[in-house]
This record gives sequence, C-alpha cells and structure tokens, in this order.
Amino acid sequence: MNIVVLVKLVPDLVEELNIDPSGAALDMSWLRLIINEFDDHASEEAILLKERGGGQVTAVAPEYEGVDEVLFTAAARGADRLIKITGDFVAANNHALARACASVIEGLQPDLVLTGVQANNDLDGPVGPTLAECLGMPYVGYVSGVTVNDGKVTARKEYPGGLIAEMEVTLPAVLGIQAAEQPPRYVAVSKVRMVMKTATIEERAADALDASGGPAVGRMFQPEAAAHAEMITGSPDEVADKLVSIFKEVGVL
Amino acid sequence: MSQDIFVVVEHLRGQVADISYVMLAAARELSKGIGGNVVAVLLGHKAEGLAGSPSAGSPVPAALAQAGQCLAADQVLYLDHPALADFTSDAYQKALAGLISEKQPRAVLFGNTSIGADVASGLSIKLGLPLVSSCRSFSADGKFVSQICGGKIMAEGDLPSPTALVTMVPGGYKPEAGQSAQAPALTRLEVAGLDALRVSLTKYIEPEAGDVDISKEPLLIAVGRGIQQQDNIQLAEDLAQAMGGVVCGSRPVIDQGWLATSRLVGKSGKHVKPKVYLALGISGAPEHAEAITDSDMIIAINTDPKAPIFDIAKYGTETDLFDLIDPLIEKVKAAKG
Amino acid sequence: MPERVDFWGIPYTWGSPAIYVYTLMFLAAAILLVRFYLRARLWWQVGRPEVRWDKLHVRIGRFIQYAIIQTKVLGQRYPGIMHVCIAWAFFMFFLGTALATIDSHFYKILVGYPFLLQKLVMDTFTVVFFIGAGLAVYRRFIQKPRRLTLSPGFTFSLVMIILIVLGGLLTESLRLAVEKPAWAWWSPVGWLVAKIWIATRASAATLTAWHLGVWIAHLLIVVATLITLPVGTLLHVLTGPLNQFFSKLDRPTGRLARMPENAKGEPIYASTLRGLTWKQLLDGDACTECGRCQDACPAFAAGTPLNPKQLILGVRDALRADGRALLVKDAKAPLLVGEKVKDEALWSCTTCGACVRECPVLIEHVDAIVDMRRYLVIEGRMDTELQTALENFGRYGNSFGQSERMRARWTQPIQPAIKDARREPVEYLWFVGDYASYSPTLTDVTRMTAEVFQKIGLDFGILYDAERNAGNDVRRIGEEGLFEMLAEKNAAALSKSKYQKIVTTDPHSYNTLKNEYPADGNGSRPVLHYTELLDQLICSGQLKFSKKLGLKVTYHDPCYLGRYNGVYDAPRRIIRATGCELVEMPRHGERAFCCGAGGGRIWIAEGEIQERPSESRIREAVKLDGVNTFIVACPKDVSMFRDAVKTTSNEEHIVVKDLIELVHAAL
Repeated sequence: MNIVVLVKLVPDLVEELNIDPSGAALDMSWLRLIINEFDDHASEEAILLKERGGGQVTAVAPEYEGVDEVLFTAAARGADRLIKITGDFVAANNHALARACASVIEGLQPDLVLTGVQANNDLDGPVGPTLAECLGMPYVGYVSGVTVNDGKVTARKEYPGGLIAEMEVTLPAVLGIQAAEQPPRYVAVSKVRMVMKTATIEERAADALDASGGPAVGRMFQPEAAAHAEMITGSPDEVADKLVSIFKEVGVL
Repeated sequence: MSQDIFVVVEHLRGQVADISYVMLAAARELSKGIGGNVVAVLLGHKAEGLAGSPSAGSPVPAALAQAGQCLAADQVLYLDHPALADFTSDAYQKALAGLISEKQPRAVLFGNTSIGADVASGLSIKLGLPLVSSCRSFSADGKFVSQICGGKIMAEGDLPSPTALVTMVPGGYKPEAGQSAQAPALTRLEVAGLDALRVSLTKYIEPEAGDVDISKEPLLIAVGRGIQQQDNIQLAEDLAQAMGGVVCGSRPVIDQGWLATSRLVGKSGKHVKPKVYLALGISGAPEHAEAITDSDMIIAINTDPKAPIFDIAKYGTETDLFDLIDPLIEKVKAAKG
Repeated sequence: MPERVDFWGIPYTWGSPAIYVYTLMFLAAAILLVRFYLRARLWWQVGRPEVRWDKLHVRIGRFIQYAIIQTKVLGQRYPGIMHVCIAWAFFMFFLGTALATIDSHFYKILVGYPFLLQKLVMDTFTVVFFIGAGLAVYRRFIQKPRRLTLSPGFTFSLVMIILIVLGGLLTESLRLAVEKPAWAWWSPVGWLVAKIWIATRASAATLTAWHLGVWIAHLLIVVATLITLPVGTLLHVLTGPLNQFFSKLDRPTGRLARMPENAKGEPIYASTLRGLTWKQLLDGDACTECGRCQDACPAFAAGTPLNPKQLILGVRDALRADGRALLVKDAKAPLLVGEKVKDEALWSCTTCGACVRECPVLIEHVDAIVDMRRYLVIEGRMDTELQTALENFGRYGNSFGQSERMRARWTQPIQPAIKDARREPVEYLWFVGDYASYSPTLTDVTRMTAEVFQKIGLDFGILYDAERNAGNDVRRIGEEGLFEMLAEKNAAALSKSKYQKIVTTDPHSYNTLKNEYPADGNGSRPVLHYTELLDQLICSGQLKFSKKLGLKVTYHDPCYLGRYNGVYDAPRRIIRATGCELVEMPRHGERAFCCGAGGGRIWIAEGEIQERPSESRIREAVKLDGVNTFIVACPKDVSMFRDAVKTTSNEEHIVVKDLIELVHAAL
C-alpha cells in the first residue's frame, strides 16, 4: 500500500496575529508556523495503516520555515520517504499548493493520499479536494477512520450530531482526515534528532506557482466584536454571587 | 451567463440542514447588492418535498409550509437521480459540474461542511472557477467577508468572476431568514453521466444513543480545553448536578475520550439552544461557536481575555474556573435551599 | 590459668575433630561461594557496565558506616535496635570464632585475662542477640507491620540463627556444668544455664554426651545456614554491604546519569534486564524486603500502582526467572517494562527521593525508574496529558502552552522595571521558572518576590523571554532529548548574560541548574535558592526585619531543596528571623512528605487514588496545635497545598503561604 501524506504548516494561533502593511495579508514575520493539526492526524493515520497492512508512507511538504523538523518528525513516527517541494510558498494559496504538489505526488503513484480536512488559513477551500481534482482522484473529507479492502478503502465520514457514513472509495483516492483513529503519538526529541542524522529529505522544485482560482483579498482585518460580554470581576466569591443572581434572573435557579 | 445566485441545498436523511437556510438568507442579501435571482439547487432522489414543493403523495410539503420552513428561494432546480439519493462526493460533484457549466450563474453557495466542502474545491479546479471559502457574510456592495485563523482574522474582497464558488459558514445570518411559508416553484431536471462513480455509500452508523439529548436541555455546563485534566470533569459534573443541568464539551474534550460523543457541541456535534450555556475554559473557536449561537444566554469563564467566546457571550469573567467552581457550587446549593 | 581448650569434650576416636570441622566448613564455604557466584555473575553478565570501584577509601568508609555501624537501619528505633542487636552480636561471634582459630593454630592468645574478657564479651552479646531475636519474633508474629514480607523464608532464617546462637550457649553451658571452673562467672549467662544442668544431677558423662550432641547439631546447622545463604533471605548479609560499597559516588543526588550509549553510539534503553546496569541488578538482590521505602513513598500512600519495594523486587524476580537464559550472548531478552514492572507504576513516581533516603542498603530506586521511563518516552507510552505538556515544552518552552512572549507579562506593573539580564550586567540573575511566570494564581507571589528583592536593594535581573523551563522535571519524566534542548537554550541565554550568581525561587530549577547544567556554560557560577540568599543577607546584616510577625507556623521542606540538596536550615532561620514560632510536622527535614507534583506528576492524570499526598500533608499540619500557617518555598507547593486545603475543607484552620510572603510582611 503506497500512501502519501501531504503536510502543510499554518500560523500558530497562540501567538498574536497581525495584518501586514499592505492591509490585505497576514504579517508573516512575527508568526510561528506549526504543523496543521489535521495534517498531523493524517500523518498518524498513514502510519497506523502502514502498521496494520504494510506498505510505505511518503511525507510531502512545501517549503516553509521549520518544515525540515516537521518532516523529520514524520520520519521518526515511521514515514519511509520525505519530500520537500521547494519554492516560495509564503503567500501561496491552496490552489497553487495543490498544483505544485500534484505532479510530484502523481510521480509517486500512490494508492492513497491523506491530508488534513482543513487548515486554519484556508481561504480558497482546503487543499485536499483541490489536490484530488488535480490528480483526477475521488475525494472524501471529514474522515475519522479508514479500512483498506483490496483496491478500495472504506472511509468513515463524519456528519453533525455524531452521525457517521461509511463510504466505499475506489483507489487511488484522496481522503481529508478529521481525526486519526488514535491521537498522534508522541515523538521524543532524541528520536527526531537521531532521525535527522540518518534520514534525508529529497527536494523537488515546484513548477511556477499558479494561484488562479483563489480569491483576491481586498483587505484583512481583525474583527471588532459586534458585542462583547459584560465582564464580571472580583474575588471568586464575588463572581460566584453575581453568577447566582444571573441564574436566578434568567430562571434556571 | 446570468446574475443568479445558486444555493446548493444540503440535506441528510430527509432533513434540510440549517446551513441551507443560512445560505438562502445570504444569497438574498447578496442579490440585493448585485442583482439576480436566488435559485436553490436541490439534488436527490424523490426529494422534491424538501423544498416544500408539492410532489405526488408526499406529505412533507404541507408540514414544511405550515412550519414556515420552505426554501426561501425564487426558484428551485431539482436534479433527480438514484445515485443522488444520499450525498456522495463523486456523484454530487459530477451532477453540479454539469449544471454549473450549463447555467453559468454569478455565484454558487455551498456549505463549508462535510457535504459542501467535499465538492466545491473539485468543481473549482474542474471548471476553472474561483473559490472563496469560510465566507460568513456578504457586504452591502456584494463583497465576501470570510473568517480564518480560528475567527481571529477576517478577509474581505470582491466577489470573483465569472462564477464565484463560495463555501459558507454559519453565524452571519439567521436560518429563519432563509425560510418561507411559501413553497417556491420547482423545475425538475434529469441528470446524466452519473455512472462509473468512485464513491458509494455503504451505510450510516447512528451515534451512540446518549443518556441525554443535549440539544434539548435548557441548562448546559460546557467544558473545553481549559478543564486540563480528565479528573477535573468531575467539577463540572458537580456543578451540573447542583444546578440541575447537563455537562457537554467541545471537540478536544470528546476527542480525548473524557466525555461521550453524544455530549459533543460543535460543527460535527450537536447544535444546542439552551436557556443558559455556561462555558468553562472554552475559547470559542468558530466550529464550536456556530453550534451555540442560538443559546438564549452564554456565560463564559476563561482566563484569556482575548478568547473569542467573549464576543458571543452575554456575561464573562476572567476568574480561573478552578478558583470559581467550588464557591459557585456552594452558593448554588445555598440558593436552592 | 584459664585458657581455651580446643574441641573440649569432642572425642578423638575417629581422628582429630579438626579434620571434620574444617572439611565441613570448607565445603560449606565452597558451596556458599559457588552458589553466590552463580547469583552474582548474572549482575555483570546480564547488566551493562558501570564504573563503581573508584575512590576506594570513600567506599570503605560507607561500608563501615552503613554495613557495620548500620546508621540507616538505626534511623527507625524499634527495627533499628532489633537489627543491630542481631547483627552486631554476629559480628562479635565472628570475631570470637576468628580469635579461637588463631588461638588454635597460630598463637595462643586466649589465655588468662584476654580469654576471660573474650568469654565475657561473647556472653554479653549472646544476651544482646536474644534481645534482638525476641524483638524480631514479636515483630514478625505479633506486630506484623504491613510493609514486611511475612513469608516462610524469613521465618526459616530467623529460626536458623536463633538455633545457632542457642547451640553456642548450650554447648558452653554444658561444658561449664561439667568443668565447673573457678572463673565460671566470667561467662555469666552460660554459667546460669549450667546451673540448670547441674541441678538435673546428670553425670559428667551424660552431660558430655549431651554436649557432643548439641555441638554436632550446632555444626550442622551452621553448615546448613551457610549453604542456603545465597538462595535465602540471609543473602542480604552479602549483597547488602556490597550494595553499600558500590553505591553512587560520582555524582550528587540531584544529578541523573546521562543516556547510556553502546559501542555504536546508539542509546541503550532500559526496556529489558540488559538495559539496566550491573549495579541496578545488584539492587534487586540486595533488597531485604524491609519495606521502609514503601512506607515513605507518597505515591504508594496515595494508593497509586507504585510500590517502590515491589518495583525493586520485580527486577530481582525478573533476574531470577530470566537471568540464566540471558547468559547466552545474543539471546533475546524478554521485556521488563510493561511486564514485571508496569507502566502505571513507573508513571506514578514523584521522584521525591524518600525511598532512596530510607533504604538501609542504599538502593537507588529513582535512577532505575527514570531509566525505565526513558524507554516509555521513546516508545510514546504515556497518557495524553503528559504528551501535551511535553509538546508544549518543546514548542513554547513552558508547560502552559503559552507564547514565550507572555513569560514576563507578570512584570508589567512592577516599578522600576526589572533589569533585563541579557542587556545589562547584574549581580544576581533571577531564574524565575515556569509556574511563577505563567500561573495566574502565583503572579502575586512572584510580584511580591520582586518587591522584596527591590526593597532590600538587590542588584538583580531576569532573562525575560529568553528563559525556558529549566528542564528538571522533563529529565525526570525521561525525555532526555527535550531536556538537552531546553538546557541548550537556557545555557545560550545565560552565556550571553553578565551576572555573578544565579538565584531561583523554584527548587526544581535550582536542582537542575546547580547539579545538571554544564559548568562550562555557566562559568561555574554559584546557584542559590532564594532562601539561601536571604539567609546570607540576614547573617551579613543587609536584610533586617522591622516587624515581628508572631505567627505560629509550620514549614514544608520541598523535596528538591531539602532531600536532594540539603538546604534545611536556611529557610528555618528566615522563619525565625521574621519573628514566627516554628512548629515541626512529624515528617520534616529529610523525612518531609512530598506534595505529589514532582516527576511530571503534575501533568499526569491522577487516576484512582485514595488520598492525595498534598491532602495527607495538610492533615498532618492541621494536627499541630495552634499552627495556622503552612509555609512553603516552592511555587508548585503553593498550588498543590492551596488546592489541598480546599479539598480537605480546612480553609478555616490553615492558610498556605510562600516564605517570601512572610519576608514581605516583616520587612
């Protein structure tokens, strides 16, 4: 089973986000980029499938600051090959990313491509279904469980309210992972450091980035809250008192 | 090429999802800015009734009309095919591709959901049409306003040409604004070319029947990442018991297995509309926020003053929930006598 | 002329008794040594190497202190007295027998007063032995403390040694009964028993016959004891002193061993017996099953799956079961971690060191636990909360998951602004620590500390955003790589700063900065805990208190300040200097009872427990008459104990304060 995982780096929301001077994009200079949480799950799911059914896992990531460590971490988990797509991806949207990765991924002849169902900075749709169409493969998103049955996979697709739909998908296919079947395993720092000595990251240059299909952003801004909560201050006892009086007012107490 | 605004109606097992009505309301607003009709696109098999339109032998239309839940569109294009009976990405995408390239509307609205997001991007590449995602609303002059980065950043821009594919998130419009008591005119279209489908539905799996249906509870005590440890959930349980409420949680808490999936509040969980929603240690990310905005009152307890939950809550406090919970339980018990 | 007679009353009919005695004894000794060797060789042939035979003079000193004088055993009164009575008696008997052998074959020393003195001493120690044995019988059969292993093996050993000494006493008394020498009272006990034989009016021939019988029995029992020694509970007689001799010398208690590497430079993980050092395998065989570690362990007291005694015995049992097979060089070693030693037990340890402190044979439990944890970490076998904490450490340098830029947010209201040690030279670099910086409940205490430093005119600065978690607990969790990464970052920030001494308010940071950070990165500059610093300033007169607080307080020794680094007196002097009356809890000083947060426990799910260690401690404090304030000197202690006061509903009785609050109030 030949599995490819496409991993993206996204802004860490723990940090303060600022708009750059143009007013239409995020200020990347102060950002910390971290692995997209859903891509982390996709990477874990790929390793789980390999552990269960054999095969090989290739982790592919576009060139961002800090991507090497992300790829080595994937290798430390069990990925067999690491590919970095070089180019200037800082301002690239998902259409550009999908097209840039498509030819590389096609060349790998995967049976299954896994990627996160979405990322926090998606503005032109998530990269998964976009990539799927570039590759001419079917796509199912919001997947939280994968079973392989010769030539096809059964994907458990999540709907609201906890409803699950089992979809049978012919291979090769792209799946957008919502959650891996177990939380992404911990990779010890020393393991990553060891892998850095033995694993190599292959580099493939991207063709010119074609961002067409994404929207043109006129301006970006931080939302002013239409309203803001009335804040209650004081000691825990005072706050608790006020809450109890609110509960009484509303009629739940 | 028309100025029409298509809305791809989402439905699951005979129920129209709220997002569809939100999109119809959005489409109506957008049409005020750029003109054009609001056209609801309904795909399914023997599903005309979902529009509220009469169909042979279906009791649904009367019920919907009475409830005021017909699709508030100028027109419904109904694509019927057995392969469209339940949503599958391959069939819906193929059917919509044919329709969109034929009709060439000004915009097509999809839900940013397990249905809409599965097909919109593929259509963008296949048809060479621009795509805007996470759109929350349209401005008066027809610009899209999308939210990214957990709701912390808004992006605004002109609606791209020639046909803008837009995936929408809830929150900008009330579902009621997309409903009407009048069933719209329905045009039935046959769909061809739905063979050699690569995705098929095997079965649905019901969620585990929880002991409670949180979407019907009037008092919810919700826990998020801020609860930190599984053992601390007991604190929420104690408070819920004292107040006569029910404990629920956001995605991180359910993913860890600390609460049953039946207690998940969020985009992929339940939408709730209690009298009081007490949010403990919840940041208020969009996927969670969209599921609680129908609450009568949200009270948020979070040590981060910048947490987005404070933007939708009526009352809030920065007091640490671990300092607050015990005095609160005591006082609630005292108040109950 | 009183003198010792060789083989009194033993017939020479079949040749000199010496032949039989020495033959039997040599055989017994040979069997003992062979059997012991078969046990002992497993240590170094299965375990990995470690250098433990340096500084012989110090090791011999330890042997004398712990094996002969037995200071640690005496740490507890009843079992201490019980054991030294037995052990010292046997040392004396051994000496006595050695003297007899010399007297027999080399130089007749047991003549006249030396002989009589020897008799007196031996008799006295016979009494001493029986006192000890009596205490032991009472303890094993009446008292039956839970921490002891009450198995037949122990009863067998006790019976054997009682029979040996009884045999000696009986032969002596029977001889005295026949000889009735003038100097008989020099063997007072023997003579008293002899009087019983005399009273039976048995003939000299009869008594001599009984003497022969008892003598043969005595000899055979000694032989039996010797040949069963290596496989019975008396093994500790050999392994105990060996373990004490080879105990840890090369590093201070507060420093863990580095990650071991094999010849190829690959790390060796303690997943199997092969991954443990020979000394750690000896630890297993040296365990006397006394259970003192178990009694001292806060994790065990709380009802977690950890029992330090069973952990060490687990290693021993694994070695007994699988050791032989592992002598074959490349034989696959069965997993130790997860089998005889459970994951949950390993994760329950707070690394407080109480077990190590209590152990009479100096077993090093904490080192073994950390070694095994290193394996769990590399395998990713930990609960998700701990994983999140480690990921946060890796990404943000703190366990709270907050940006590094927020680290110094607590300093905002402080006027004048605290110096940035990265930019200007300072005398004291204050390493603040994660909890003090990020925890909202501790911000007040941290600000108070800054105020105190400013008021007493200290020239100090902090590292602001460049500070990272010092890594003490990360290391004890077993994430060596992450510890190295954090230490590298901190060392880089420190090396760029100009300062003379480091002061820290967090004992965990204190321990690792002082003992584990490379000296070269720091220029070997002193690291002080703030209590040491304030104590110095009080002594030098720079810090004077203007008020006497008059509170009745108790003080909780933080594990990493007290047990690990020996700082007990400085905080107490400060408390007294502020005019407070200090009342000690029963478990204080070296015996202080851990709050339960160390070793990563504060980030691990509690699980099913009976009573939190912090709650047990608060209950202990509340019992002290008139004490209403609980003083701590560690930020984690403040959090843990404040919670415990609430959960034990003691808010009316006691309040938890950091020592700095006393200082602040008394200034």
